[in-house]
Amino acid sequence: MNTIEFRIDRRSGVATYLQIVDQVKQALRLGVLIEGDRLPTAREVAETTAVNPNTTLKAYRELEREGLVEPRPGRGTFVLHSLAKPAGADDSPLRAELRDWITRAHAAGLQREDITAVFTSLTDDHYGHH
Amino acid sequence: MNDTWAIEAHGLGKRYRRGWALRDCSFRIPAGRICGLVGPNGAGKSTLLNLAARLRRPTAGSLRLFGTSISDPEAILRMAFLPQDKPLFKRFTVEETLRLGRELNPGWDQTVAERIVGAGNIPLHARVGTLSGGQRTRVAFALAFGKRPNLLVLDEPMADLDPLARHETAATLMAETADSGTTVVMSSHLLGELADMCDYLVLLCDGRIRLAGDVDELLPAHRLITGTGAHLEPHTVVESRTTGRQTTALIRPEGAIAPSWAVAEPCLEDVLLAYLRAPAAPVLMTDVARVPEPAVAA
Repeated sequence: MNTIEFRIDRRSGVATYLQIVDQVKQALRLGVLIEGDRLPTAREVAETTAVNPNTTLKAYRELEREGLVEPRPGRGTFVLHSLAKPAGADDSPLRAELRDWITRAHAAGLQREDITAVFTSLTDDHYGHH
Repeated sequence: MNDTWAIEAHGLGKRYRRGWALRDCSFRIPAGRICGLVGPNGAGKSTLLNLAARLRRPTAGSLRLFGTSISDPEAILRMAFLPQDKPLFKRFTVEETLRLGRELNPGWDQTVAERIVGAGNIPLHARVGTLSGGQRTRVAFALAFGKRPNLLVLDEPMADLDPLARHETAATLMAETADSGTTVVMSSHLLGELADMCDYLVLLCDGRIRLAGDVDELLPAHRLITGTGAHLEPHTVVESRTTGRQTTALIRPEGAIAPSWAVAEPCLEDVLLAYLRAPAAPVLMTDVARVPEPAVAA
């Protein structure tokens, strides 16, 4: 069984290998991928998305460089550790607070784009631009 | 056999009665790359592919496949060429077609050939003439990969396919390359699809090389800038357009770009279109693509 299937957005302007890196990280954050999971092989990714196998391998090398995955010769590439933060899980207080805030923002007349803009601006202030 | 360079051309030229179709082409493609060959109709793409397949002889210069000159018949033992019209015997069944491949090729891999055909749910007893375009392409790919080539040369492999068959064909091509490490060189007009498949590019205009190298090096060498400025110096300008007060240009930056310009990173399609529209743009070849001087004797 495959643990994750990548979706490549051709129009996004983001390099394909970065899209794969980002999707693996997102899956690690959400707990879709956990420690010990095998990432799809370059061949499997090519079969579903028609992406150049060298591109997939480049993405995996980047993830390996960041210490998130590990290639095991002849067996595949495996997840070393998850990025899931319990404090951000589905049933956490932080998430509930943000849900309440969004409900209030909506009631105050903010649209989805307004909320995203506020959120992006504040996270940029706090963590710096990337 | 030299494993480093799948293709090395030096001063390669081909003259037909109407003139030079290919002239002074010097470039190389490292083994293992998936290379897109791009250019307008009549730019010399098919001529170049035909020279690599030994279907035509060069008028000038030399061409080597994995270090072996194409003047030596051995050069094409490990290469497979798929012309645009994908010639197959229409009255043969799929099974007979694969058998032909097996009889003609000493290193034939029946497992690979059957896997490619099987993935398309093509009945082995069906006659080739009754298959759809996508299915015929799949059978042609099975023949090509069954040969276990080190180099696979494809002339417009997906030009006549519908979008679904195109995606399936591309997926098969990429998947089979993943295992075999086959070097692929394919000509195509489908710039969007090339962007996903190719990690190497050769762009031809009027029979000459305009752009060659790894996509990862070619793309970052360019910037798309927009602004009201008029001075594009000292940058190398590939293409610029002015509409009213606004100038848009694709440049190769030489030093810092003035802050008055809005700068964006172009995608592969932006870069290719700019070079196709501006055939006089300065040539760009990365170090990997450039054949070192002095020339290796043919």
